[in-house]
Formats: sequence, C-alpha cells, structure tokens
Amino acid sequence: MQDITSFFIYLAIMGGVTYMIRMIPFVLCKEKIKSRFLNSFLYYIPYAVLTAMTIPAIFYSTASVYSALAGMVVACILSYFEKHLLPVAAGACLTVFVVELFLL
Amino acid sequence: MRISLLNEVIVTNKQAKNTPFIQGFKDGIPICLGYFSVAFAFGIFSVGQGLYVWQTILVSMANITSAGQLAGVPIMTMGLPLVNMALSQFVINLRYALMSISLSQKVDSSVRTIDRLIISFVNTDEVFAVAFSQKQKLSRYYLYGLILMPYIGWSGGTTLGALAGNILPVRVISALSIALYAMFIAIVLPPAKKNRAVLFVVIIAAGLSIMFRYLPLLNQVSGSIACLICAVAASAIMAILSPIRIAEADTNSDRTNHTSSTSTKGVN
Repeated sequence: MQDITSFFIYLAIMGGVTYMIRMIPFVLCKEKIKSRFLNSFLYYIPYAVLTAMTIPAIFYSTASVYSALAGMVVACILSYFEKHLLPVAAGACLTVFVVELFLL
Repeated sequence: MRISLLNEVIVTNKQAKNTPFIQGFKDGIPICLGYFSVAFAFGIFSVGQGLYVWQTILVSMANITSAGQLAGVPIMTMGLPLVNMALSQFVINLRYALMSISLSQKVDSSVRTIDRLIISFVNTDEVFAVAFSQKQKLSRYYLYGLILMPYIGWSGGTTLGALAGNILPVRVISALSIALYAMFIAIVLPPAKKNRAVLFVVIIAAGLSIMFRYLPLLNQVSGSIACLICAVAASAIMAILSPIRIAEADTNSDRTNHTSSTSTKGVN
C-alpha cells in the first residue's frame, strides 16, 4: 500500500476496534454471571460463529469449488477422529493441492 | 543408589520448575504451531492484496485475529471508507467480547487490571479455548505464559508467509488458502460429535449462513454482519431450547476435560 499515512490510520482503527472489543468486557466484567440464558448463550456462541464463518465461504476459498469440497471432506474426516488443528489444516491443504493437480 | 537419589532430586526440581508460567507456556505451543500455517497463509494473502511485507507484519502484530485481518486488508487496499473498517472489525470480532466475558469468569484474584489490559490483547479463539480447558482458576502467570507462544507464532508465521509468498507458485497459495477454514472445522466438529445441542447450533448457524449467501434480499447483507446475525440467532435459539447446566459453562468446550470443578450450584 503506497500511501503510508492512510495505512497507519486504517491500522489504528482496525487494531483499536479489535482491542477494545476484547479489553473492555475483560476489564469491566469482574462478577460471576448468574443468568442461565446468558451462560448458555456464551457457551454456544464460539461454535456458531466459527460455523457461520466457514460455511459457505470455504467453498470459494481455493481456485476451484471441487478442490475446496475435497479439502473440506478431508478436514471433516480428520476432525471427526479428533486430530489436532495442525494435521487437520495440513491434510486439507494437501488434498486441495493434489486435487488441483488433476483439475487445473 | 546415589544415582537414583540424584534422579529423584532432578525430577522434583523439574516438577518444582513447572510453575504456572511454564505450564501456560507449554499449553501455548500447540496453538503456536496451529497458528503458524494460518498466519503463513495470511501473509501470502495480504502481500497478494498489495500490502508491503512490513505492513503485513504490523497488521498481524496489532490485531491477532484471522477473520478480522482477512476482512480488513482488502478494505485497506481498496481504499474503502474508514467506517467500513471500524464496522467490519466490530462485527467480525464481536465474539471476542463474549469470550472475554467468559474468560473474566475464569481468572483468579492475582489478575489485576493492568494484567487484564495486556492479556485481553491476545484473547483469541484458541487461547480462550485452552484457557477454558483448565479445571482450576487461572493466575496471571499462567495466562502470560499461555499467550506468549501464540503471539510469536502468529507474527512469525505472517512474516515468513509475506516473504515467501512472492516466491511460492499459485497452486501452493490456493492450497494454503483453505487452512484457516480447516482449522475452524477442527475446533467445531469434535464437540459437535459428542454434544447434541452443539450439533444443532452448528446446523442452524450453517443453514442460516447459507440462506444469507444465496437467497435474494438476504444476500444483500454484508458478509460479516450476516455472520454475526447467524451466530447470535443460532446461539440464542439453542440457549432457549437447550440451556446448559452451569457446570458446563466452566469447561467451555467438549474437547476439553469435563472435570467440572467449582460451581455445580445454581442449577435449577
């Protein structure tokens, strides 16, 4: 990005907003949450966010929908057997690479 | 005899050395490894979008948020209004507010306000998940240990990706682009397999997300806002239909040991 000044303005807003979101609740919230609904909501939210971020965006993440689909299937199989993050990510990448060798 | 005694001394020394800080440091190493590939992919992506290598590294060091950075860099390079940047980061990263609230329920009294200011900077999905897998309350020493390696992995992986991205062939870049999503699957699928309610949350969130992508009118909603609507709706629906026992909230993810220790009270 050529314009250095506007890069730093973007960066300050980007980092500032992200930090505030993480920091303010952590600093302010020092009491134990009692509401059962809120506790349940907080328990489910990470799974819901990650799912909504992944589907359907994952299909368009690579050069071809088919390679992405293959990578996703492999990631699901490896995750089902509870492999760690790194092997799952590596397995999906490798699958995409191999499938695209044949496709493209 | 001598030797075994010596061994014993060494062993006890080692155990004594396993302070909360060291323990946290060790727990952070797998996160660091996981981040490395994702950060690497981000480095490639960002340079491909037109940021310089040093700018790419700064973005990672200042944010430590995969999805937020993926959304933010194109906004920079396309020169979209600043309010777009603020809004997109707010919406995409709003889940961290929820995680910070959860984490605030988990720390002990050694965590002062100044510690909260520092630790919250690196409160990522994975740091949060590992922190919650601990059965005991967390001290500030543990948390400082825990965030160290992920931060190094995220910054270092970005640096290498940004530098090597220029050399790597297109095929390799395409293959690496799926790493982030594969990691999300690895976080979500194991608990969804074991816990029916989590499975329903995943199905509802996925269904809504697909509707927002493909249905007319709904597909006018920008991606990050749609993501938040899907997540809040899915979680709220299941929080009403299938409220958890309070103990579950303490060991937040099913990947983690279910030694629900502290508060089984308050269940009714």
